[in-house]
Amino acid sequence: MKMTILAAAWMVPLAVLATPNAEEVMKASFKDRGQAKVDRLNQDETQAACSKYFAAVPKDVAKKIEAANLKTIKYPADGKVMGDWKEGERIAQSGVGKQFSDNPANPAGGNCYACHQLSKAEISFGTIGPSLYNFGKLRGFTEAMQKYAYGKVYNAQAYSACSNMPRFGHNQILTEQQMKHVTALLMDPDSPVNK
Amino acid sequence: MKRWLIALFLPLMAAMPAFAQDGDATVKEIEKYRQALADGNPAELWEARGEDLWKKKRGPKNASLEQCDLGMGAGKVKGAYAALPRYFEDTDKVEDLESRLVTCMVMLQGFSYDQARKNPFGGPDVKSDMEALVAYVTSASRGIKMNVALKHPKEKEAFEIGKKMFFHRGGPHDFACATCHASDKQRIRLQDLPNLTKQEPAQRAYTSWPAYRVSQGELRSFQWRLFDCFRQQRFPELVFTSQGSVALTLYLAKNANGGVFNAPSIKR
Ligand code: HEC
Ligand code: HEC
Repeated sequence: MKMTILAAAWMVPLAVLATPNAEEVMKASFKDRGQAKVDRLNQDETQAACSKYFAAVPKDVAKKIEAANLKTIKYPADGKVMGDWKEGERIAQSGVGKQFSDNPANPAGGNCYACHQLSKAEISFGTIGPSLYNFGKLRGFTEAMQKYAYGKVYNAQAYSACSNMPRFGHNQILTEQQMKHVTALLMDPDSPVNK
Repeated sequence: MKRWLIALFLPLMAAMPAFAQDGDATVKEIEKYRQALADGNPAELWEARGEDLWKKKRGPKNASLEQCDLGMGAGKVKGAYAALPRYFEDTDKVEDLESRLVTCMVMLQGFSYDQARKNPFGGPDVKSDMEALVAYVTSASRGIKMNVALKHPKEKEAFEIGKKMFFHRGGPHDFACATCHASDKQRIRLQDLPNLTKQEPAQRAYTSWPAYRVSQGELRSFQWRLFDCFRQQRFPELVFTSQGSVALTLYLAKNANGGVFNAPSIKR
């Protein structure tokens, strides 16, 4: 959203590709409902480029997207990225949040299980993302890996352009505290993810 | 759901020997119940209500919908859904079934545009006449192959708009339809996600809507399917029968061409 500097760099001439007024037709086809306003259809540079190159993002474009998204990541001021894995498990299970049918006063979930295997016990998991079972155990319980996990949850596209994974911190889906908890779910040796 | 049907029909089945002597009519009725039990899809209730609504004189002009042209000529219902959405000269628009029904309710029956679009989706408190009409009309395309044309420039334009919408990422989650429906063998939790950009899975998905949703106790139209996927996508509300909704439907229907239509179906 604050990536205007890069606009010129990879905002390809959309007009060449796009059907006349497709954008306008789309916008006129929705109406505000609850917290979901029509302005949600507006795209930042990342969304626009990833829509255009859905199947395969060219390498140079991907590099720019990753660089721009990497800059958005804000680490906690206290330097601690690990919270409570038990809280993290609850957040990973919860799919509420940001839909027009959701109460915006309630905290959103991360819905990690929608796309990832995490613990052995939960068998109802999706396959849009890779299995994260034993994530910390396999990657090593290092501070650098903790930091990577937090950053990945904050803005997945900093590390892989046009990922289907939501940018939880950048788009303010999860709070800093919630992101610490899911980081612990991935990285705490006692977490069921690492059992 | 089956239990529900059995509860309804069991007394009649029990009474069978008593009026078995009544001859052919009774035998036919019983055959119908047997079939209902075998098929076991409450969508038939919507189909029947929709047929009544189609034939009933209603609205300020006290007219039925029997002269409604769904693209195959006035009053022709059979096979019409398998060729929708399509361009209509009288409105100079591409219309899907729902928007065409609105057009007919306005033009033939004299309803206002807003009246015709009221209660597009049924719920615990309101029945939707629209979803009943959709059930009736779509049921008349069972067994017919999807054959959506891409001839008229406005049909081609709608296809391109629909395609653009399908890949448009936006909202707080950066989702597009394509996030969930452009790869093979993906699941959300345990729910299989069809790859709607590929012919075979697109055919399988598209030809199974509308559907009776057991979890909701309602028959759901394709407009509802799009409305609810956009909700999951964290997008705002898709306006019922909007140009974009028709364009997206056309894009998906075209991808399903050649598939044998087989709905209303029944889903979890
Ligand atoms: C809508 C799907 C979706 C959701 C929801 C989702 N992810 Fe992901 N995730 C992906 C995809 C796809 C990838 C692989 C591409 C990539 O690396 O970005 C991924 C990758 C990852 C990775 C990197 C794995 C590696 O090998 O480095 C981590 C860590 C991760 N996700 C954690 C999470 C957590 C924690 C949550 C919940 C807060 C979550 N994801 C929610 C789709 C999702
Ligand atoms: C966040 C995930 C997600 C997004 C985004 C999404 N869908 Fe879906 N879609 C689902 C799920 C889950 C189901 C199965 C739901 C069910 O049975 O209740 C489904 C079902 C469908 C079906 C019916 C498939 C069948 O065989 O019954 C169609 C058609 C469909 N989606 C189209 C779309 C379109 C078009 C869009 C974009 C407007 C879209 N979806 C966006 C998750 C999604």
